[in-house]
Amino acid sequence: MRVEALLLLGIGFFFGVVGLIYWFTSYEDAGFLMLMGTMLLGLVPGSYYFFWHRRMKDSRPEDRPTASIEEGAGVVSSFPHSSIWPFLFGLGAFTTLLAFAFGVWLFLPGVVVILAAVTGFTAESRRGGQV
Amino acid sequence: MTDVITLPGTGAGVEGPHEGPVGGHHAEGEPTGFLKWITTTDHKVIGMSYMVTSIIMFYLAGIMAMIIRAQLVTPNNSLLSFHVYNELFTMHGSLMLYLFAGPFAFGGLANYIVPLQVGAPDMAFPRLNALSYWLYLGGSITMLMGFLTAGGAADFGWVAYAPLSNAVNSPGAGPDVWILSLVLTGFSAIFTGVNLIATIFYLRAPGMTMFRMPIFTWNMLVTGILILIAFPVLTAALVMLFCDRHFGTHIFSVQGGGVPVLWQHLFWFFGHPEVYILALPYFGIVTEVLPVFSRKPVFGYKGMVFATMAIAALSTGVWAHHMFTTGVVLLPFFSLLSLLIAVPTGIKFFNWIGTMWRGHLWFSTPMLFCIGFLLAFLMGGITGIFLAAPPIDFAVHDTYFVVAHFHQVLFGSAVFAGFAGFYYWYPKFTGRMMREGLGKAHFWLLFVGFWLTFTPQYYIGMEGMPRRVAVYPTHPGLEVWNQLSTAGSVLIAVSFAIMLVNLWVSWRKPIVAGDNPWDAHTLEWFTTSPPPHHNYTHLPPIRSERPTWDYNHPDAPSIGHGGRVHEHHLLNGHDGDRVGATSAPTNGHESVEPK
Amino acid sequence: MSKRAKLGLALLLPLLAAGCQLPSFGFFRGSTTQGQSTFKLIQGFMLSSFVVGGIVLVLILWSVFRYRRHKNQQGLPRQSQYVLPLEIVYTVTPILIVLALFAFTVVTENNVDAVSKNPDAVVNVTAFQWGWRFSYPGQGVVVQGVELEDPMMVVPAGQTVRITLRSTDVIHGFYVPQFNFSRYATPGYSTTFDINVNQPGVYRGQCTQLCGLYHSLMIFRVKAVSPTQYRAWLAKTAATERLTGRSVT
Repeated sequence: MRVEALLLLGIGFFFGVVGLIYWFTSYEDAGFLMLMGTMLLGLVPGSYYFFWHRRMKDSRPEDRPTASIEEGAGVVSSFPHSSIWPFLFGLGAFTTLLAFAFGVWLFLPGVVVILAAVTGFTAESRRGGQV
Repeated sequence: MTDVITLPGTGAGVEGPHEGPVGGHHAEGEPTGFLKWITTTDHKVIGMSYMVTSIIMFYLAGIMAMIIRAQLVTPNNSLLSFHVYNELFTMHGSLMLYLFAGPFAFGGLANYIVPLQVGAPDMAFPRLNALSYWLYLGGSITMLMGFLTAGGAADFGWVAYAPLSNAVNSPGAGPDVWILSLVLTGFSAIFTGVNLIATIFYLRAPGMTMFRMPIFTWNMLVTGILILIAFPVLTAALVMLFCDRHFGTHIFSVQGGGVPVLWQHLFWFFGHPEVYILALPYFGIVTEVLPVFSRKPVFGYKGMVFATMAIAALSTGVWAHHMFTTGVVLLPFFSLLSLLIAVPTGIKFFNWIGTMWRGHLWFSTPMLFCIGFLLAFLMGGITGIFLAAPPIDFAVHDTYFVVAHFHQVLFGSAVFAGFAGFYYWYPKFTGRMMREGLGKAHFWLLFVGFWLTFTPQYYIGMEGMPRRVAVYPTHPGLEVWNQLSTAGSVLIAVSFAIMLVNLWVSWRKPIVAGDNPWDAHTLEWFTTSPPPHHNYTHLPPIRSERPTWDYNHPDAPSIGHGGRVHEHHLLNGHDGDRVGATSAPTNGHESVEPK
Repeated sequence: MSKRAKLGLALLLPLLAAGCQLPSFGFFRGSTTQGQSTFKLIQGFMLSSFVVGGIVLVLILWSVFRYRRHKNQQGLPRQSQYVLPLEIVYTVTPILIVLALFAFTVVTENNVDAVSKNPDAVVNVTAFQWGWRFSYPGQGVVVQGVELEDPMMVVPAGQTVRITLRSTDVIHGFYVPQFNFSRYATPGYSTTFDINVNQPGVYRGQCTQLCGLYHSLMIFRVKAVSPTQYRAWLAKTAATERLTGRSVT
C-alpha cells in the first residue's frame, strides 16, 4: 500500500503548500477554499492508506514484486452478478432531476423508484447475489 | 472464408456464489437479450455501451460543427439565426467535452481495459459501474432534450458564464435541462472515478506492483483522482446556478450582493482539471500504442509516471488562467504554474520519442493515429504556452487563436489518440480486425482535414476575429480563411464516414484477430479476444510492466541504463510456466474451489 | 572556433541583428506602447517556440522516417528502457526555459498593467447589451451606440488615456486587436487600465465575451488624434450635446 498512500499524502501536502502560497499572495477566498478541499481529499484517504500500510507492510501479493500467481488463488472479492437495481436507480435519478425542469409532480415517481432501488441494492448485497 | 467468432457470454461463465456450476452454459434464470443488457454488471459490456453512446455523441456534435462552419463561409451569412447559432456552438462544445471525450475515455476504454490490464475479474464495484452508465445515458438524453424545449437548447457557451446564464438573460427550460444533464453526468463520472481508484488499488494481480502497471492504467488512476477533485466543484456550482435561476438566491448576481466572477472561479477550478481529465487517458493510449509498434518497451517509465502526477497536480492550480482578462486574478501565480505544465508535458514528448528511437516502427492504423496525435499536440501545446503569458492572452483571448489552440489539443488527444486506442483495442473487444486500407484512408483524410480546418483559425484569431460570433462584418478579408477552414471540416466528416464503412465491413466480413494480433506487451493481450467472463482463466507471471511480452519473448527483456537487464527478470523461477491451467482458478470465482 | 560554432553563429547573428525587423508572424506590432511591449514578448515566445518545437518536430520526423521497419527485418531492436542522464537533461532544460519566459512575462506584464497617477485623458467605458457608451467625465461628452452603429471613442495620441471599464448587465469584452489588448467589463466592479496610443488612426474594436443574442454586432472604434484635435473635438461635441440634449454616436 506504500505507493498508494504516498501518492495521496503527496497530493495532500502539495495542495496544502500551494493553498497557503495562494492565500498569502492573493487573499482570494474561493480558490483558497477549493485548494484546501483538495488538500483534504489527499490527506484523509492518504492517511488511512498509510496507517494500513504500516500495519500490513507488503503482505498483499500485489505489493510484492516476487509474488507468484498462485498466491492470489481463491476468492478475490464478491462481484455481484446481473442486477436490475443500477438501471432502476438511474431511471429514478433521471426522473427526479427532470422534476426540477418539467414539474414537481415528477418527484413522486422518481423518489419512489429511487427508494425501491436503494432497498433492492441493499437487499441484494445482503443476500450476496441475486435478489 | 473465415468463421464468425462466437460472441462472449456463451463461453465459460461464473455465476453468483450460491448458484450454478462453472460450466459452458447459462444457469437457470439468467437474463437474455435486452434484459441482459439492462441488468449487466460486466465491465466489458458497460465499457462497450459507453463507447457506442459516446461515439454517437461525437458524430452528433460533429454534425453541429459542420453546420457552424457552413454559417461562417461568408461574413454576413444568414443560414442560421443568431439564436440557433448560439445554441449550436454551446451544444457542440457541451456534447464533445461532457458527453464524448470524457466518457469515451474513462467510461469506455478505461472501464474495459483497466481491469484487464491489472489482471482483475471486473471493476471493484460492478453495480456502481452499471449505475454510472445509466446516469450517463440519462444525462446525454437530458442534454439533447434541450433542443425540444420551447425556448431551444442552452445558448450561453459550454462554460455558462454568470450573469449570462441566469434566469433573466437565459430564461426557459433549455438551460435548466443543460444544468440537470451535467449533474447526472457529473455523478456518473464521480462514481467511475471511485471505481477506477478502488480497482487499481485493490484488485491488482499478484506481482503487479504499482510500478509495474501499464502507463494507461497509471494515467487512469491519476484521471480518477482528478475527477474526484474537479467534478464535485462543478456539481456544487451548478446547484448554485440553479438556485439563482429558480430559488431566489443571489450567489452570482450583483443585484443581491452576489459576485459574478465567483462562477468563473468555481467553473474553472473544475474546468481546467477537466481538460486534463480529457487529455491524460489519451496520453496513456499513446504510451500503450507506441511501444507495441516500435517493438520496444516504454522509454522512461518512471519519468512518465511522475510527469503524469506533475501534470495533474499543476493543472489543479492554474484555473484562473482562463480569467486573466477579468483584471481581478493574481496573474504571476497562475502564469508561472501554467508555464510550468510545459515541463512534464515535454518530458512525456521526449519519452515518446525515446520509445520510437531505434525501434522497428510499424505504421499500422493505430500507430499512424499516434503520430497524428504527436504532431497535433506539439503545436497545440506550444500555443498553449503563449496563452499562459497574460499579456499575450490579453491580445488573443476569446479570439479564434484560442479556438484553434484548444481544438488542436483536444482533437489531438480525444480524436487522434482516442481513435488510435479504438483501432488498437478493437480486435480485443470483438475478436476481429478492422481493415487496414480503410483505416489508413480514414487517417490521411482526417490528418489533412484537421490541419486545413484549424491552422487558418490561428491566423483568423491573430487578425482579431472573436469566437462565438455568427457573423464577422468587421473582418470581411478573413472570408477566404474561413472558407479554407470549412473545407477542412468537410474532409474530417468524410474521413469519419469511412470509419463507419470500416466498422460495417469488419463486422460483416470478419478477419479473426486471435489473442494478440499486434504482439503487444500488456496483460490484456494474454487472454482471448474477446475476453471470457471474468477475464482470465490463467495469468502469466508478472515480473515487469510487460508481462505478455516477457511471456512471449523471454529472450528480449528490457534493458536499463548501462545495459543492465531489468533486474526483476532475474528474481523469478516461474518464467515460461503456464501457471494456473490445471491448478487453482486465479480469480473471479467467488467460492468455487479448485477441482 | 570550431566549424559548428561558426555555423551556429552565422545562423544566429543575422537573426539577432534583425531582431527589430523579425516578421510579425501575423500578430499586430501594436499601436500603443503597451501593445508594442506585448508584441516584443510575443516575438520572444515565437522564437523559443520555433527552436523548441523545431527540435521536437525534427526528432519525431527523424524517428518516423529513419526507424521504419524494413521488409524482412529480422530480430528485435535494443530493448532500452531508460537513460537517466538524458532524462535529467530534458527535465532541467525546459524548467530553465520556462523560468526565463516567466521573467520576461512579468516585466511585460508590469508594463501593460501599469496605471499612471496623472492620466492626460479619462474615459469611462460602459458596456451593455448590445452596445457601448463612452463618457468623458467632467467634459460633458457622452458617445453611445448600439450594435452596428459602431460608436467611436476619440482619444489623444501620444498621451496617457485612462479607461475605466464597467458593465450594466452581463460580462462583455473590450477588445481592440491592434492594441494587443482586451479586458472584461464585468457587472459589479469597475476595472481600470491605461493606453498610450502612439500612432494616430482609427482602430477597430469589438466585444469578445459572449453576451447574448447580438454579441457578433457589438462593435466600436477608437480614433486617436493629436491632442489639439482631441480638445477641439471635446469642445465641439460638448456644445452639440448641450444644444441637442442627446449623446453623439
